[in-house]
Amino acid sequence: MTESLLFRGASIEGGAPADILVEDGRIAEVGSGLSRAGARVVDAQGLIALPGLVDLHTHLREPGYEASETVLTGSRAAATGGYTAVFAMPNTSPVADTAGVVEQELALGEAAGLVTVQPIGAVTVGQKGERLAEIGAMAASRAGVRVFSDDGFCVWDPLIMRRALEYVKAFDGVIAQHAQDPRLTEGAQMNEGTVSAELGLAGWPAMAEESIIARDVLLAEHVGSRLHVCHLSTAGSVDLIRWAKKRGVAVTAEVTPHHLLLTEDLVRGYDARFKVNPPLRRDEDVQAVREGLADGTIDIVATDHAPHPAEAKSCEWQAAANGMVGLESALRVVHTAMVQTGMLGWADVARVMSHTPAQIGRLAGHGRPIAVGEPAELTFYDAAAGGVFARDDLRGRSVNSPYLGRELPGSVRWTVHAGRITVADGALNEEVPA
Amino acid sequence: MRHLLDTKTLSRDDALQILDVAEDMADTQRREVKKLPTLRGKTVVNLFFEDSTRTRISFEAAAKRLSADVINFSAKGSSVSKGESLQDTAQTLQAMAADAVVIRHGASGAPRTLATSGWISAGVVNAGDGTHEHPTQALLDAFTMRKRRYGADSRGRDLEGFRVTIVGDILHSRVARSNVWLLHTLGAEITLVAPPTLIPQDVTAWPARVGYDLDEAIADAPDALMMLRIQLERMNASYFPTEREYSRCWGLDPERFAALPQSTMVMHPGPMNRGLEICAEAADSPRSTVLDQVTNGVSVRMAALYLLLAGERPTPVDDENTAKKEDAR
Repeated sequence: MTESLLFRGASIEGGAPADILVEDGRIAEVGSGLSRAGARVVDAQGLIALPGLVDLHTHLREPGYEASETVLTGSRAAATGGYTAVFAMPNTSPVADTAGVVEQELALGEAAGLVTVQPIGAVTVGQKGERLAEIGAMAASRAGVRVFSDDGFCVWDPLIMRRALEYVKAFDGVIAQHAQDPRLTEGAQMNEGTVSAELGLAGWPAMAEESIIARDVLLAEHVGSRLHVCHLSTAGSVDLIRWAKKRGVAVTAEVTPHHLLLTEDLVRGYDARFKVNPPLRRDEDVQAVREGLADGTIDIVATDHAPHPAEAKSCEWQAAANGMVGLESALRVVHTAMVQTGMLGWADVARVMSHTPAQIGRLAGHGRPIAVGEPAELTFYDAAAGGVFARDDLRGRSVNSPYLGRELPGSVRWTVHAGRITVADGALNEEVPA
Repeated sequence: MRHLLDTKTLSRDDALQILDVAEDMADTQRREVKKLPTLRGKTVVNLFFEDSTRTRISFEAAAKRLSADVINFSAKGSSVSKGESLQDTAQTLQAMAADAVVIRHGASGAPRTLATSGWISAGVVNAGDGTHEHPTQALLDAFTMRKRRYGADSRGRDLEGFRVTIVGDILHSRVARSNVWLLHTLGAEITLVAPPTLIPQDVTAWPARVGYDLDEAIADAPDALMMLRIQLERMNASYFPTEREYSRCWGLDPERFAALPQSTMVMHPGPMNRGLEICAEAADSPRSTVLDQVTNGVSVRMAALYLLLAGERPTPVDDENTAKKEDAR
C-alpha cells in the first residue's frame, strides 16, 4: 500500500481543471471536489497535468561510463524533468547486445526506482555493424526489449539493415536508426555550410543524414517492417519522412529539444557544450523540424540525453565529445520552441512526449491517458514559472547542458511514478522506496 | 588589443594600426642595432602543438628584438604527447606568469578556447589554428602588398582598389581564410581559384568571387597572385587525381607566369613546393614577394606583440580571469 495522493485543480493536458486521486499505483478518480480521508493533498491549481513523460532516447552510461552518469543519477535527472520512463541506449561498456546486459540494465533501473528504465538492445554485436546481435534473446528476456538501435553508429551496411528490419517483425520490434553516412561524415565537426566554411571545421552535410533515411524508408517499405528515425535534424529529412508516410511506410521519427531550439551559429565561440551529433543545423532546419513536429510528420520529441564529464567538454572543439544532457530541460525547451510559438498545445505535448513514444517502444503502463483505472504516471508542470537555467536545475552527474545561462519558461513541480511522488514541489524525493 | 585571434573580427582601424606600427618596427630593423627595450621583463611563450619552424622563429625573432624573454614550448616534445590537456598546459603557463602566449594548434578554434576559457590571463596570439585562421600571415601579406605599391608612403593607407587572386587548397587553408577577411576589410577585391573539391561547400557568405580556371584569373591581370602550398596527402582523399594534373591545371608554371602582367606581384606564404604549385622562375623573379613576406613577418609580429603587451593591460582587479587564476593556485 502506498500513500494516497490527491492533486487538486490541475488542468488536464491543458484542458479543464480537475482533481486527480491516486491510489495503489493507479488513478482512482478524476473529477471535481474529490476528497479522501488520509490522502496527501497537493494544491495543483494553475499547474498542467501531463501523463508522465517518456523518453525514447536516453544515454545512462552504466555499465562502463559511470564517471558520466549512472542509472541512478540519470533516473534523478529524468524524474526532475518530469519523466516517468526512459529508454536506455545500448552504447555502454559492455554494449547492451545480449540478454544478460539488458537484464542488468533493467535491474539497475528497478533498484533506482525513480523511473521505468526500459533497455534498448544493440542491433549488431558490439554495435560494430557487422552481424546481428541476439535480438530474439533480448526480446524474450525479462527486459522484453522491443527497440533496437546501434545509436552513436549508423547501421550502414544496407544488407544488415534489411535483415534487422525483417528480423524484428517476429516480435513487433522496431529498428531505431542513427542516420549518418559514415564516409560522408569522416572527421565531421559541425553542420556543413557557411559557418563551417568560416570556422574551418570539417562539415557534416545534411544529405549524409537524408541519404540514409531515404534508403531506410525504402527498405522498411520493401520488407514491411517498422523503422524509427532517431534525432532527425534537417529540413530535407522532414520532407523524406513526409513522403514516406504518405506512401504508407511504417516509419516514425523523433526530434531532440536542442534541434528544435538551437542553431549552428552557437558554434562560433568554439564552446564545446554546443557540440552534438547530429550537429546543430541552420535556422531553416529548426523551422522545418518545428513544422514537422506540429503537423505530425515527426512523431515525438526525444532527448538524446548524453552526459559527459567536464574534461570531455573543457577542451578544444575538435577533441571534445559529442552530446548534451537534456532530460532536466526537455519540457521547458519544448514549451518555448513549440507551445509559446503556438505550434503545439499541451495535449499535443502529451502526445509527442508521452503517448506516442510509449507506443513506438511498445512500453505498457506508460503514455496512457489521465483517466480512471490508468497507471499513476503523472507530471505536473507550472507553465507560468520560469527563469535562467542553472547548474542547480541539473540533477544528473554531468553538467554539459547547452542551456546553462539561458532563460527558459516553466518548471516541473511534481512527478508521480508508479503511484509515488518522485518530485515534490520541484525537489527530488529521495525517500522513494525501491 | 587584448588578443589577436582572427581577422574576421578585426576592424579596419585595428588592422591599419597594426600595419602602421609594423612600419615603425620595420624602420628600426634597418638600424645596426635592431634590438628595442620595449618589452623588457615580459615573457612570451611560443606554444606550438604543430611543427612550424618558420612561424616559430619569426615570432621568436620578433619577441627578442623587443627584448622580451622567450620560452619555446614545443608540445610535440612535451607532456602533450602523453595526453596532457590544453587546459593543464595553459594553467602551467599561467603559473609561470606568461604575459603573452603565441599558439599554433592543429585544432580550429583552440586559440579562442585558450583565450576565453579562464585558464590564463595572458594575451593570446593565434599563430595558425587548424583550418581556421592565421591572422599574422594575412597581416604580413597585406603589409607586403601595401609596401610594394606605396613604398615609404604606406602609412595610413588601405588596399582599396587592389585585386588579389588566391590559388590553391582554399578548403584547408587558414592563410586563405585570414586573407579573405582582412583584405576585404581593407578594401581589396578577392578572387579564389581552386579545383571545386578544394573550395568549401558553401562560400556564399564570403566576400570573394570563386573560379576554377587559373588562366582566366591570370588574364584578369590581378595586382597580386597568391599561390598556396598544396599538401600532397590531399591526393589520397581524392581531392585531385595526381600532382601532375594539379600542377597542370592550377600550378603557376612558366607559361602562365609569362602571361602574367609585369605589375602583378607573386606571393606565397611558404614553404613552397617548387615545380608543383609554383615554378622556380616565378618564385625567384623580381615580382616574387616571397622573401619580403618573411622579412615583413617579423615586423608585423613585433607590432602585434607590442600592441598586445606594451599598451594598457587590464588590471588584475578588472581581469575576468582573476578568480580562476586564484583558484588555480
